[in-house]
Amino acid sequence: MTISTTERTAVAAHTAGGRFRRFAGLVTTPLVPEDFLDIVRPLHSGTDLRGRIEAIHPETRDAVTVRIRPGRRWCTPVAGQYVRIGVDVEGVRQWRSYSVTTPTSADGCFTITVKALAGGKVSTHLVRRARVGTVVQLDQPAGDFVLPAPRPTKVLFVTAGSGITPVMGMLRESLHELADVVLVHSARTAEDTIFRGELRTLAAGGRLRLTERHTSTDVRLTPDALTALVPDLAERHTWACGPGALLDALEQHYAAAGISDRLHTERFQAAVVATGVGGTVTFTRSDTTVVSDGATSLLDAGENVGVLMPSGCRMGVCFGCVVPLRQGAVRDLRNGDLTSANPGDGVLVQTCVSAAAGPCELDL
Amino acid sequence: MTALQKKPTSPVAHLSDEDIETLGREVDAIREQVIASRGERDATYIHKVITAQRSLEATSRLVLLVSVFPPAWLLGTTGLALAKILENMEIGHNVMHGQWDWMRDPKIHSTTWEWDSASPSEQWKHSHNELHHTYTNVLGKDGDLGYGIMRVDEDQPWHPFHLGQPLWNFLNACFFQYGIAAYDLKLGKNLRKDRRSDPEFRRIVGATLRKVRRQATRDYLIHPLLSGISAPTTLTANLTANLVRNLWTHSVIMCGHFPEGVETFEYHSIDGETRGQWYLRQMLGSANISGNRLTHLMTGNLSFQIEHHLFPDLPSNRYQEIAPKVQELFDRYGLTYTTGPMYRQVASAWRKVIRLSLPNQVLGSGQPAREDTAPDCVCVPMVAARLASRSQ
Repeated sequence: MTISTTERTAVAAHTAGGRFRRFAGLVTTPLVPEDFLDIVRPLHSGTDLRGRIEAIHPETRDAVTVRIRPGRRWCTPVAGQYVRIGVDVEGVRQWRSYSVTTPTSADGCFTITVKALAGGKVSTHLVRRARVGTVVQLDQPAGDFVLPAPRPTKVLFVTAGSGITPVMGMLRESLHELADVVLVHSARTAEDTIFRGELRTLAAGGRLRLTERHTSTDVRLTPDALTALVPDLAERHTWACGPGALLDALEQHYAAAGISDRLHTERFQAAVVATGVGGTVTFTRSDTTVVSDGATSLLDAGENVGVLMPSGCRMGVCFGCVVPLRQGAVRDLRNGDLTSANPGDGVLVQTCVSAAAGPCELDL
Repeated sequence: MTALQKKPTSPVAHLSDEDIETLGREVDAIREQVIASRGERDATYIHKVITAQRSLEATSRLVLLVSVFPPAWLLGTTGLALAKILENMEIGHNVMHGQWDWMRDPKIHSTTWEWDSASPSEQWKHSHNELHHTYTNVLGKDGDLGYGIMRVDEDQPWHPFHLGQPLWNFLNACFFQYGIAAYDLKLGKNLRKDRRSDPEFRRIVGATLRKVRRQATRDYLIHPLLSGISAPTTLTANLTANLVRNLWTHSVIMCGHFPEGVETFEYHSIDGETRGQWYLRQMLGSANISGNRLTHLMTGNLSFQIEHHLFPDLPSNRYQEIAPKVQELFDRYGLTYTTGPMYRQVASAWRKVIRLSLPNQVLGSGQPAREDTAPDCVCVPMVAARLASRSQ
């Protein structure tokens, strides 16, 4: 809208393109030209990065691979990276991160692979309800769970469940560059193993040593069991992705062996958000922190410590007090609803009717 | 109309404090039902309206590039006027109320939206959402009661300036977007010598003037120039579209709180007001417009002003759905649900503007002649019967 026009024109005001943009902005004010362009070509928008779902195909009974055509300005991901995707579920924009399983294809698409989690709003939506043609919001790929250059000689991947997804991206893109690769993968059953066919084909091709474990029958993987499976573990650079308990155990094991630098981990779940009463409220731009109880509104809490809080009716009606919640959780004092945000989400909350539910950060 | 607290027979005298709190809880229950069922259907609705509005605006402006041909002028002007009305009413007003904030879409959000009107959203949200919606119809607190240029209630003091208020109201209607901008800046108060150099006032005046210039440049310079030989006709088309939009929005807004049957409240009557009492004030202080779906869309669903004032932040497409429930509450609690077709409500509001241009002494005892004009009046025996049946 107007603000973004101003920002852009400030950057490019002196170029011919900048002058054209300024003129186009005057033609469409208070909207920006992209607001109109969005109607016909949502992927060519200069304002927001988006993608269109081109195909959805099932991997297992509760996992699908979603092929997405990104809009312009998309930076091709490095295998192992994740991408933040904004999906409208029940009309509400929800952002989640998914590992890229195919970084790029000949037609410029990439894929993510999603397993439906119990109670997972976005994952369940993508697996059960999403339709081809839907436009989703995108953020540029990010993450340092990637293979270094030059490639290490000996590599070990330890994955469990949907933890295979970033590793699948690496195998598809870089297996031919790796000399000695071991993959120890755990899934509940053989049927629940995402990419089972493809992994077995790669193993049969001789470039990958694959160990499949099924937690419905085998005991859960421990570092000791892993050492037994991979005797030369200490010589290998390891990339591990799976449940937090597994990664914690591996990190302790590698640290005890003094080879922490050889272990790279990727965690899917953010630290568990405390949902109890009250918490530490941080006003990031004001550099102020206050401990607040679960009954005091964020607005009162902020004002009590002298933060310049926008405010209005103080009863949840006028939305004059709305600010972005950078991370953490807040509870709506009116109905007990919990709103949480991960870093970068910037979920907007009404401070006059919300109280801290664990540590939280407001962009103020 | 005179402040509710001064009336010889109060329309709420039959309600006890407990009744009012129970009413408040019933209103809250309606709100909770809507919030619990808000979802994809509502999101699809607003996306469709926005897409339709932008398509209509773009098409109309393209047609106006050849506005030198009279049919193109007529078509383009009509389309542009409709697009501007939709943009102001069903989209801008409602988005800035936070009705769609729950979608968490930064492009359709009260904190980021800017509308096609002279008043910058920041100023408008303050004077409208915070002041008018909080202090609705409280004499001396709600500036919307006459916008500071008119007397719309017997209990507002008369000043010779008010003799001209039929003319002021007409001029305000023609230039309504600028009227709102001036009102949001509180020019009457802030232009006083001791306040006009206030840095905050100067900042918001600057913001408003920049926006006015930008909007005027678009409608009266850029688009006419782009039209080449159609420049003069595109200029008149844009002037006409803005005039039509101003007259329409002004009429709709007048219908919200000015028609006969709407109650006002004394300055101190809201001290210590409970949630139930706040709801009751919103119910009695607003008036609806009856009509078809097109009327509701083009008024931005402010034809459901009562429902809007109860729940200013619920999606506008839901007002129509909850209206029967709200009306049932009015019936059961013996309250008057003020509504009527648009022509009647506009006429009622204008009658009041004209009548109150004269001081109360000239008008008679100070008692308004409301009995003969109030629509849909519930007679007293019916109220008593309903209340009796409710308490059983």
